[in-house]
Amino acid sequence: MSLLLFLEQTLNGLQLGVTLFLMAAGLTLVFGIMNMVNLAHGSLYMIGAFFAASFTQWTGSFFLALPLAILSTFVVGVLVEAIALRTLYSRDHLDQVLATFGLILFFNELTKIVWGPISIFMDVPPLLAGRVELIAGAPYPVYRLAVLGVGLAVALGLWWLIARTRLGMLIRAGASNREMVGALGVDISRLYMLVFGLGAALAALAGAMAGPIYVVEIGMGDAMLIKTFVVIVIGGIGSIRGAFVAAVIVGLVDTFGRIVPAQLGLPTAIAEMAIYILMAFVLFFKPTGLFAARA
Amino acid sequence: MKYKTLFAALALTASAALVQPAIAQQGVKIGLITTQSGPNAGLGRDMVDGFNLAIRHAGGRLGGVPTELIVGDDQFRPDAGKALAERMVQRDRVDIVTGVIFSNIMLALSDTVLKDRRGVFLVSGNAGPSELAGKDCNPNFFSASWQNDNTHEAMGQHMTNAGIKRAYIMAPNYPAGRDALAGFKRFFKGEVVAEVYTQLGQTDYAAELAALRAARPEATYIFYPGGMGVAYIRQYAQLGLMQQIPLFAPSFSADQTILPGVGDAAIGMFSSTFWSESLGNPANEKFVADFEATYNRIPSPYAAQSYDAAMMIDAALKATGGSLANKDAFRNALRNANFQSVRGPFKFNTNHFPIQNYYLTQIGKDEKGRLVNQMRGIIFSGHADAYVGQCKMK
Repeated sequence: MSLLLFLEQTLNGLQLGVTLFLMAAGLTLVFGIMNMVNLAHGSLYMIGAFFAASFTQWTGSFFLALPLAILSTFVVGVLVEAIALRTLYSRDHLDQVLATFGLILFFNELTKIVWGPISIFMDVPPLLAGRVELIAGAPYPVYRLAVLGVGLAVALGLWWLIARTRLGMLIRAGASNREMVGALGVDISRLYMLVFGLGAALAALAGAMAGPIYVVEIGMGDAMLIKTFVVIVIGGIGSIRGAFVAAVIVGLVDTFGRIVPAQLGLPTAIAEMAIYILMAFVLFFKPTGLFAARA
Repeated sequence: MKYKTLFAALALTASAALVQPAIAQQGVKIGLITTQSGPNAGLGRDMVDGFNLAIRHAGGRLGGVPTELIVGDDQFRPDAGKALAERMVQRDRVDIVTGVIFSNIMLALSDTVLKDRRGVFLVSGNAGPSELAGKDCNPNFFSASWQNDNTHEAMGQHMTNAGIKRAYIMAPNYPAGRDALAGFKRFFKGEVVAEVYTQLGQTDYAAELAALRAARPEATYIFYPGGMGVAYIRQYAQLGLMQQIPLFAPSFSADQTILPGVGDAAIGMFSSTFWSESLGNPANEKFVADFEATYNRIPSPYAAQSYDAAMMIDAALKATGGSLANKDAFRNALRNANFQSVRGPFKFNTNHFPIQNYYLTQIGKDEKGRLVNQMRGIIFSGHADAYVGQCKMK
């Protein structure tokens, strides 16, 4: 592999990594703080993308559609939390898995009823449609760079929120000891709702930004969800920092895993296994993940 | 929702029974198994709509007899497809099973249908696995579509004709993906620079496309159906590769279930197909116009195949006087079904797979500004599949 190709693949890996991070941040908080396994997180990603595609068609502007889609999905997230998930916090993980798997089917069917069964169109905004030659001879889509930039900015913003604000303090406290936070008089159900809404909004952002490059279709979040779970397990459940580091690592390993074995003449099945091998490896040395939130 | 049609039919039968008691009437009962949920639900929708349009064109009665259509969703799962087939064959006692998009589902349910002692017919509306064309061919199995390799063979032939020397070929890593590239290579005489298999369901191709660009091929051939195709073609265009390295694909990556999602990025792409919305023959012009008028969208090949499946059943029933009682007579009638296929010339080979033409199309815009497959010529005329020799039927 030439140096140029290596650099280009590194960019690809980072871009996949930050998209995974946007998904993982919400999932790891919900898992870490509420002790809730939410398989429907991928559905929020899908809904964010469908909202963004529709709002782009109605308003004619991707940049107007993006905040609208995030806001709408935030509302959907809060409603789902209030209607379906709140009763599940005290139940064991298997019940949660069953119920949220049901939610996946529900959202897939609902999406089919509202938007129809085939994928819908969402274009890269004209402002970001071109390519730049960051690496000589390999023009790179501006839009992918923008996704990378937004992902990094959100990561920075989340760090600030978690490390520097009162809400962040409660989130950190919630992640390490839920009962104690409740006992100290914090309105835990409101905190849960906020955290879930925040996770939904981040998933929507990831979905909306993925729309113009991937495909806006029913079930688009399912494949993403599996990788996201790998990320939060590697990063340590409940840790935003862990989610970020793990997302970048998984993004890079997945990208290079899809290219290097083929070039070395190894079976392509290795590409599909790469991130799981990584996960097994990390868990062997650090069973609670790289940055476990709870001691 | 799955059995809506059944309930409607039952309700109608019940109300008819009140008015018109005790008249035993011969009819045909058809079970249509297709994918109606998940990312592939759009293909199933076209299949059901195409079949229903044919029933309407036949005046609501295929072959002039009362026609009952039972529709079921296989959920893109072989086990669910097999269970549906069992229910339709054993409980609903259908005469014919049709539909079936995916080959893995077809192989899972074909025995259930074909080994039933009543002699149930299986008319594929899409899936054409090599097994059923070759060693496992069956007198009661008919394909209204093609054998899986055919469309890819056509593009291999076209790219050879076009003098392309170095091709980069890609497909998802599953049986149909491997068959597709094997079919392509059977007729492509140039050098295959790389044969790349990606994960089934993958929608990010940044890494693979960077490697493709670095390999500097003369052309690219892909088999990516559904959402994978939408994502691949757009990312190919976003990298600016469309102008540098022409993209070739089978109709599965260029039909009306894909194009609306891809948008203008697909313009200029070449596709091989046995049928296209712009194919000019009277049967097709009527089909496309009526489909659009009824469902407000352009039909895909899935709709065309399903329409043809119904039309050949219609023709066969007419030949037997609407009777399915004599299975041999119906089988013969189906084999020689005299109907105007929307694809133009059509006849069955000895393995009950079609001998038909394959065309080259290119994506462009119609007068209403919609993306369509425009005819660019004929690649194969009267093309048969490669497995017919392994089939013992004569």
